Amino acid sequence: MSGSQHRRSTDGRPGAVFTGIGVVAPNGTGTEDWWAATLAGKNGIDTVRSFDARSYPSRLAGEIREFDPGQHLSARIVVETSRMSHFALAATGMALEDAAVDLSRIPEYELGVITANASGGAEFGQRELQKLWRGGPRDVSPYMSIAWFYAATTGQISIGYGMRGPCGVMVSEQAGGLDALGQARRVVRDGTRLVVTGGSDSSLSPAGFVSQLPTGGLTAVTDPARAYLPFDTGASGFVPGEGGAILVLENAGTARDRGVDRPYGELVGYAATFDPRPGSGRPPTLTRCVRAALADARLAPEDVDVVFADGHGTAEMDRREARTLAEVFGPRAVPVTVPKTMTGRLYAGAGALDTAGALLALRDQVVPPTAHVRSPDAAHELDLVVDQPRETALRTAMVIARGYGGFNAVAVVRLTD
Amino acid sequence: MSALTLDELKTMLEEAAGVDESVDLDGAALDTPFSSLGYDSLAMLELAARIQNQLGVPIPDDHIELMTTPRAVLEYIDSHLPAGA
Amino acid sequence: MRTTDVAITGIGVMAPGGAGRDAFWERIVSGRAATRRVSLFDPTGFRCQVAAEIDFDPAAHGLTPQEWRRMDRAAQFAAVAMDEALADSGLDLAGTDPGRVAVTVGNAVGCTTGLETEYRVLSDDGRQWSVDHNFAVPHLYNYLVPSSIASEVAWRSGAEGPASVVSSGCTSGIDALGYAAGLLAEGSADVVLAGSADAPISPITMACFDAIKATSTYNDDPEGACRPFDRDRRGLVLGEGAAMFVLENAEAARRRGAHVYARILGYASRANGFHMTGLRADGREMAEAITVALDQAELDPSGIDYVNAHGSGTKQNDRHETAAVKTSLGDRAFEVPMSSIKSMIGHSLGAIGSIEVAACALAIEHGVVPPTANLHERDAECDLDYVPLTAREQKISTALSVGSGFGGFQSAIVLAAPDKAAA
Repeated sequence: MSGSQHRRSTDGRPGAVFTGIGVVAPNGTGTEDWWAATLAGKNGIDTVRSFDARSYPSRLAGEIREFDPGQHLSARIVVETSRMSHFALAATGMALEDAAVDLSRIPEYELGVITANASGGAEFGQRELQKLWRGGPRDVSPYMSIAWFYAATTGQISIGYGMRGPCGVMVSEQAGGLDALGQARRVVRDGTRLVVTGGSDSSLSPAGFVSQLPTGGLTAVTDPARAYLPFDTGASGFVPGEGGAILVLENAGTARDRGVDRPYGELVGYAATFDPRPGSGRPPTLTRCVRAALADARLAPEDVDVVFADGHGTAEMDRREARTLAEVFGPRAVPVTVPKTMTGRLYAGAGALDTAGALLALRDQVVPPTAHVRSPDAAHELDLVVDQPRETALRTAMVIARGYGGFNAVAVVRLTD
Repeated sequence: MSALTLDELKTMLEEAAGVDESVDLDGAALDTPFSSLGYDSLAMLELAARIQNQLGVPIPDDHIELMTTPRAVLEYIDSHLPAGA
Repeated sequence: MRTTDVAITGIGVMAPGGAGRDAFWERIVSGRAATRRVSLFDPTGFRCQVAAEIDFDPAAHGLTPQEWRRMDRAAQFAAVAMDEALADSGLDLAGTDPGRVAVTVGNAVGCTTGLETEYRVLSDDGRQWSVDHNFAVPHLYNYLVPSSIASEVAWRSGAEGPASVVSSGCTSGIDALGYAAGLLAEGSADVVLAGSADAPISPITMACFDAIKATSTYNDDPEGACRPFDRDRRGLVLGEGAAMFVLENAEAARRRGAHVYARILGYASRANGFHMTGLRADGREMAEAITVALDQAELDPSGIDYVNAHGSGTKQNDRHETAAVKTSLGDRAFEVPMSSIKSMIGHSLGAIGSIEVAACALAIEHGVVPPTANLHERDAECDLDYVPLTAREQKISTALSVGSGFGGFQSAIVLAAPDKAAA
């Protein structure tokens, strides 16, 4: 039986390895195009064009332009899905192709789909709400019932590829992308061979955009290269973006059996925590989350070669994350990067996209830059990779994602032996 | 003369539900079943909603599943078009 | 050793027909439907004008004005149900490490009610596409992201462990409990406040179900609007509400001497990979989910005493589910009582899965099978024992609850009495 050959972690559970990556992001569609753009510091943030944002106090976004869903998806699927699903479905196609897997050779109940989504199909939803309130209930499209809700993407992927095993959807705002990976790993440990996972979002309709304004997190700066500067002395908030990444996570043993010699890396660690209510007097929990992910990975802080930080871009949130990193790793002890300065914050898409970046960093032994940041705040005591990519030996990468309302998630990925 | 031509119906269908790449909608005949053109129950509901909203032809719920071909739709519209339309 | 053995030590329910766990139980054993003409908004012009609503006064349930303004109706239900569950469990969270307490809330359609109310203002009832940000309320973002429901539950309880919303449509309420059981099994938490909440009785959600003709048209007979497995059924009726549980590892619950309603012994989810709303008549994926959940629970079909049906009241579901239960339970399918409480409290989408698990736990506790209301004449293709109209007293040691939802998702969960010995 092949089971005895399957690589297992020390506690006997099967390892979970990444074997495919698909990306649809504001600064690049397609994994390699996006990665090249990211290393080159290409900015995907710009003045909003898909609607008129001139009267709003924030006017920038990481919009995905030059993406024609019809090039990636059947026209029948395009009409019945929203933009968040277009991105994820296109990225799923790329990721499965990248994984070079013949799904027909895997039992249908051992194929799963676990994605993350934060705000549903905002543009689709606004259009149908408008039809309802202008015209009445009979004007609402039957597709509204399946397009806008958070589970739409997972359902369409499952149907599109006949994946009939465990399916799920994680909603924890920007932490969701990593929570999906964590759940995908559980599902693999419980016997599912291959899981399509990751996350995507698109909240860039007028109502979706305006709904984000009251949090106070969005920057009012209008220069796309000076707006989203996490850990910088000029940090002024963040820019919202759209898109995300889809990853193929497989049982390490069955992946090897089907001929995958060099997966991108293994998901060796994951943890999630929740911050106490503001004003409760209790400390935030990110430090505990980072330590729990390391413990889960059975790694020490010095084993981590790079951190893809959450990089909120607001003063207090930056301070908290920097303090955690200095506390756990020591001052300036590990390279830290925030490539999302080129895309904006993609909500549920962010953790997945940063994980894609971390896996490609391990592959190419290079840390992508935190573009646009010129004056890192010395008080943060971070070794922030700015300006240019940094070539360095990399074996293990950590990804941090924090969601509005107190959600923290941390993932650790590592090159396999 | 029908209130709606086959070509007009096809355009309406394309707007409502898209066309699958593998399907030759142009070549579809009056009696080609919608199901063989890749249209599911939701697509037919979307089409029926457009016919009701754009042509003012109400279609009872239980009649939608009987409209399985373009001919059935066109005949239904012809016999139920509001007076004066 | 079982991989799943989770004790339910506290239950809180907000359901139509009576707020709170006890009122909920009284309602579902009464056989009286809580479905009625919609009062939360004027349903004139809608195809379906019936829903199962909760008469809810947030202040009476201990929510402050700022809390109920900040929270969507779904979050309010979750918070109130969580309060009841926590009090019921006798667990003092002040004596527990907050980092070991997790929160998992199932939800299907987010904060639809709050979002739509605010959208109307922002857009001036749809007149403006570029909505006016000057009318954005401070807590608007809470309505855009349903993760706010989990945040509220966590803040309220002081939980600092893993927190999230699980949103797999109409199976969310079962899947959230499966997720929570996973957290306990892997040691990520000692206590999980788990359950689900939804408040979908808003014009946009009602319009969605109108558009796909899924809801009942018995507008002239609101109490008889939802008729699962009946020859004359015409579709589902929307409901609203929440059920929250205090979940602990069975061994830990036993050690602290907690009252245990029931144990969760098995859970599985499968997808039909077929259609977002359509179901194949053979029900094979639901059958597979049931079989895997029973295997996990180390139970044979003959060991199942009660099946809580998905029983939404659509023709498609009735046939699909009946076939699935026959495939997975074999001969036992014809003997075991199987009822749908949606006939009385409607289909509250993401919430109903946990509410139905609460029904199973209380059925085990009280030894009573709740009935399927409005079932006067069985459909010819539905030939199982659906417990029509009247509750039955019967010892129940094990119960199975199933769910089926948009996206093609099918979930099953197995409960057993606290004293049920390992197989």
